[in-house]
Amino acid sequence: MTEIAEPLSAPLEVGFDYTRSPGPVLGRFAAGLRQRRITGVRGSDGRVHVPAVEHDPVTAAPLDEFVEVGDTGTVRSWSWIPEPLEGQPLPHGFAWALVRLDGADTALLHAVDAGSADRMRTGMRVRARWAAERVGGIRDIACFDPVPDGPDSPGDADSPDDAGAPGDTTSAAPRDDSGLEPVQLLTTPIHLHYRHSASPEESRYLRGLAEGRLLGQRCPACRKVYIPPRGACPTDGVPTEQEVELPDTGIVTTFCIVNVPFLGQRITPPYVAAYVLLDGADIAFLHLVLGCAAEEVRMGMRVRAEWKPRAEWDTTLRNIDHFRPSGEPDAPYESYAHHL
Amino acid sequence: MTDSDVAVVGFAQAPNVRATSGTTNGVEMLVPVFEELLSGTGMRTEDVGFWCSGSSDYLAGRAFSFIAAIDAIGAFPPINESHVEMDAAWALYEAWVKIRTGEVDTALVYGFGKSSAGELRRVLAMQLDPYFAAPLWPDSVGVAGLQARLGLESGAFAEQDMAEVAARSRADAEQNPHAQLSGRVLVAELLARPYLADPLRAHDCAPITDGASAVLLASAGRARELRDRPAWITGVEHRIESAELGGRDLTASPSTADAGRAAGAEGVELAELHAPFTHQELLLRDALGLDGSVRINPSGGALCGNPMFAAGLTRIGEAARRVWSGEAGKVLAHATSGPALQQNLVCVMEG
Ligand SMILES: [Zn+2]
Repeated sequence: MTEIAEPLSAPLEVGFDYTRSPGPVLGRFAAGLRQRRITGVRGSDGRVHVPAVEHDPVTAAPLDEFVEVGDTGTVRSWSWIPEPLEGQPLPHGFAWALVRLDGADTALLHAVDAGSADRMRTGMRVRARWAAERVGGIRDIACFDPVPDGPDSPGDADSPDDAGAPGDTTSAAPRDDSGLEPVQLLTTPIHLHYRHSASPEESRYLRGLAEGRLLGQRCPACRKVYIPPRGACPTDGVPTEQEVELPDTGIVTTFCIVNVPFLGQRITPPYVAAYVLLDGADIAFLHLVLGCAAEEVRMGMRVRAEWKPRAEWDTTLRNIDHFRPSGEPDAPYESYAHHL
Repeated sequence: MTDSDVAVVGFAQAPNVRATSGTTNGVEMLVPVFEELLSGTGMRTEDVGFWCSGSSDYLAGRAFSFIAAIDAIGAFPPINESHVEMDAAWALYEAWVKIRTGEVDTALVYGFGKSSAGELRRVLAMQLDPYFAAPLWPDSVGVAGLQARLGLESGAFAEQDMAEVAARSRADAEQNPHAQLSGRVLVAELLARPYLADPLRAHDCAPITDGASAVLLASAGRARELRDRPAWITGVEHRIESAELGGRDLTASPSTADAGRAAGAEGVELAELHAPFTHQELLLRDALGLDGSVRINPSGGALCGNPMFAAGLTRIGEAARRVWSGEAGKVLAHATSGPALQQNLVCVMEG
């Protein structure tokens, strides 16, 4: 039986760029932002949606009638964020707000830089603060600023109180559609932070590796030996329990020869990635087979672990640099056929 | 009951806690939950006709995280299994359909989430419109605050009402051994506390919770073998609102109202509402037409423990328990997913 120890855990950073094709409607809205223009779209019921939407939220009809609205608007609701989180528009306390821009009928979610919650109120007038560098995306609006001395609008007014608002289609200003070619790609960098925990069983295994030991565990129901051990046997749904120390010898059950170079590759191709079934284990794990020509590797080949120098060991399977042929006769197919 | 009727016949849940040391695949939480659920019915895992789960890769921080959870079932030889990237109440809907079609006669539905592994307020920004909302990283508490203020300023409710919801929930949770928060608090005391995200105070927001729950469904043919007084599902419906946050009516919950009407919410005696924020319970009660005679959240509700992707399913289990015990004849369970009550499911059960 295993002793009780805190499971191992470590920071896990997840980061990627979400790259999306916004299509002609959202792409046009994004293109407008790059030009410091806010272009909504008219819904089936005549309402102007900002941000633009591709389909009417009620009828699902495709929408494509663009309507330019103002970059000033009215706060419809707000919440105060005293300590902004990573990625949010402002580094100091700000308000999230639903801003109905002049000429729009729906509200845009964005940040208002009011300095303190005391200066926020529903109905206050705000104006977009444009980012110095604009790429065609919602962050081209850095945030909204309160309009000093701006008269409040009633929160539930049906129409904007600015005369000649851009949404008013009867206003005579000639439209200039140059520069409004839809943005083709929107890229949003995502960075999330986690604390990843290994299970108690995995933690035993990882701590064993730091001592140069290969620790599996046996399922109390089906007696199969898993390495790495599992929180539950996939056949029986019960935690594996009984610790089993395994030798660092085994066989190649199946393999592939890697010929393709890729980013981050440690070894020059061609080389062999193989499933290695340790003697006494019932599950194979993926590792490298080096120490012979790639084309000499075969199913059933006997292999032995090549450990790194002890000074380099940590709690990972990287302590085994690779497996190499042991020179023993191949295992018969029947001995591992049921592990493929 | 006709052959195609479906009942809730089993329920178990893990303790709702601020953080577990377990993995994000939920196996450690799920193994004992399944054991408790099945041992209460005399069923074995291989007797379950269909398995369906709700969880999220964003919560786990890795792709296809639900696959590892399947180890907790004993998935070999192959089982009949499915997954939704939503609260597991929606997995229950899928399982209900599966039984209704006659394909299986039992289904085990489970949900799990280790919210403590990441930064929940930021993780939940990933469920917003990915084009023009999510790139700003609006946090879940801030978004809920926008909804709360709309309700407050429209006169739909007051901060006092919100605090009363919190106080009642924590007092009720004293009877719930799985609750994360419980205790007696004075409304005046709550109202004297500072804002977390004005107009929301800490007690207006559900705590960050790790947890899991599971529910067993059975066809009419099996239900009475498994439970003396099954909770028959007489209506289950779900509706969704636009992803355009600023285009929705956030002072009401029209999708809940529609789902409640379609599921036959009228005349329920008891309701378990999945409201992660105090003001959302007030909006939900209004949308469902629940008056003062309806007992709300005797378990303490999500405000006393909100394991993401399980808390909605838990509401169905908690409501069903009141039918099994004879405490209530007709009950309602509600689940929500998405920002500011975007998606809502209503399940009505009768004894
Ligand atoms: Zn087993």
